[in-house]
Amino acid sequence: MSAGAKSQESGQDRTLAQKVWDAHVVRSAAGEPDLLYIDLHLLHEVTSPQAFDGLRVAGRTVRRTDLTIATEDHNTPTDNLLTIADPVSRTQIETLRRNCAEFGVKLHPLGDPEQGVVHVMGPQQGLTQPGMTIVCGDSHTSTHGAFGALAFGIGTSEVEHVLATQTLPQNTPKQMAVNFVGDLQPGVTAKDLILALITQVGTGGGRGHVVEYRGPVIEQLSMEGRMTISNMSIEWGAKAGLIAPDETTFAWLKGRTFAPQGDAWDAAVEYWRTLRTDDGAVFDTEITLDVSKVTPFVTWGTNPGQGAPLAGEVPAPESFEDEAERAAAERALAYMDLTPGQKLRDVAVDVVFVGSCTNGRLEDLRAAAGVIKGRKVAEGVRMMIVPGSAAVRAAAEAEGLDQVFTDAGAEWRFAGCSMCLGMNPDTLKPGQRSASTSNRNFEGRQGKGGRTHLVSPPVAAATAVLGHLAAPADLN
Amino acid sequence: MDKFTAHTGSAMPLRRSNVDTDQIIPAVYLKRVTRTGFEDGLFAAWREDSAFVLNDPAYAGATILVAGPEFGTGSSREHAVWALRDWGFRVVIAPRFGDIFRGNSLKQGLLTVELPIDAVEELWSLTEKDPSAAVTVDLAAREVRAGGSTWAFSLDDFSRWRLMEGLDDIGLTLLHVEEISAFEASRKAFGPVVA
Repeated sequence: MSAGAKSQESGQDRTLAQKVWDAHVVRSAAGEPDLLYIDLHLLHEVTSPQAFDGLRVAGRTVRRTDLTIATEDHNTPTDNLLTIADPVSRTQIETLRRNCAEFGVKLHPLGDPEQGVVHVMGPQQGLTQPGMTIVCGDSHTSTHGAFGALAFGIGTSEVEHVLATQTLPQNTPKQMAVNFVGDLQPGVTAKDLILALITQVGTGGGRGHVVEYRGPVIEQLSMEGRMTISNMSIEWGAKAGLIAPDETTFAWLKGRTFAPQGDAWDAAVEYWRTLRTDDGAVFDTEITLDVSKVTPFVTWGTNPGQGAPLAGEVPAPESFEDEAERAAAERALAYMDLTPGQKLRDVAVDVVFVGSCTNGRLEDLRAAAGVIKGRKVAEGVRMMIVPGSAAVRAAAEAEGLDQVFTDAGAEWRFAGCSMCLGMNPDTLKPGQRSASTSNRNFEGRQGKGGRTHLVSPPVAAATAVLGHLAAPADLN
Repeated sequence: MDKFTAHTGSAMPLRRSNVDTDQIIPAVYLKRVTRTGFEDGLFAAWREDSAFVLNDPAYAGATILVAGPEFGTGSSREHAVWALRDWGFRVVIAPRFGDIFRGNSLKQGLLTVELPIDAVEELWSLTEKDPSAAVTVDLAAREVRAGGSTWAFSLDDFSRWRLMEGLDDIGLTLLHVEEISAFEASRKAFGPVVA
């Protein structure tokens, strides 16, 4: 029996995540993982074809097509909606379309008004709601935790398992609280907070844990900011990253396509209000981040834990006590072509990318537009603005953001994962350096030989104007 | 899934930490719709360096990979497991793994074994000195044995049983389909349905 189920029976105080877990246990047996019911299964073209093949071979069907939805995002072009030049990419998209038609799964294909990055597409339609279990063959499924959902990424074998059974066997994770304390300084964004946290705890800091982000700063964040934080839970190894639902969550959801209506809305909100960690609940681990010390933050290395304040310098490998970290820093500096002591503000970039499931929402585009309005992208710098979804693109155009970007000399593109990962035409060339609002600065992540600095949308915009890593304050 | 009880083979030392799944197989190899044949993408970028260990003929027959901490972090791509398996690896040993990678590996019969960093260091030294040194990974006994040393490792009973029996998860879950149906009948009415 799981720890969660046990605590429920004895009436013990529980964490938010334990409550969601307990509400989804189909079966619990000693010495076995709990069998969890999955409320929503998101699919995309990259991690699903082999899963559908598996169903076909075994003669199985999709158990709950009404809880399954697909979109096209990872390998699609963002310069047009019609032509996928690469035949291998085209085959993968066509395979998804064929599989969805054959198995009866709803799909938002390229050109559909709801198409977009899977973790933008779901929430914007109101499909992501508090207390749900949500999975997808994509590690950034943690994004949906911002609504108080238990959401995590799975592999293709598990995709097949959920398609066939609408459940997943899961070992009970440990519980962690991340307490954000102190007041935020002006100009500091959710992205800076999560980058600072990952640098503090390391890429393995959350391993084996479901985490809950808490504190006044989290409560004050918009849903978009919360999604940015939950999105990067996986970058420090956490299985999922939840934020307790509150009035901000309810206001965001109300009226969306799949949000409950009328009496069902009232019943839902009444239930959602119970989704808070009880005062007496005990976390296995608690950590604290003092946000009053956080300033605009960027990465200098090749994993998301290798970050520093923008106002700081590239660290010396010798400054790391841990031998593995020291070796990793040495490798990273060689790959990134940086020298210890170099001021991060002196690092010149070739490309600025604003987009992704981390920072490709309307609020992110507004933040970048607010900085770049009336200014120009520096000569020799390419700036790409890639809305997280077709709906975000339409909303941004309705308020004229596209014009702000194109006036500045930036490219206004169609929705997709784009340069977040190098599997579509939007890639860095070898040796090129980017400031990117995405989530991973791994070697070659944005294209073979490309060098990535993770930044917030305002820092991305200021960097585009000055041609080197910069904060909006540097423009004055 | 093939059954896994014990495996003896030679090991390849990969002296790197934070080997994320983008390094194990870059995204450009993820466009395929097949489930096999990913060995050409394994460590594709690093392999361009002729000194990279995967290019060393002394380790050509290695079936066990020994790496540093945080192996398999990042993307959920199961292709990383397929690429390692298709290359011929049956086991990866490291001090710590990314959770999703670890889950994927155990579902595909690629055994991921967590050993402390000093054990990993000893295996690196041993296999660098003698690339043909035999390393035994005994799942039944939950032990790794090499060069006269023995290290115990932990793996939960359920995962171990599944690996040793070569069982398919979906088949196991479908034994409980009535419980799934009963749960479905009790679900909250206001949850979203897409169709």
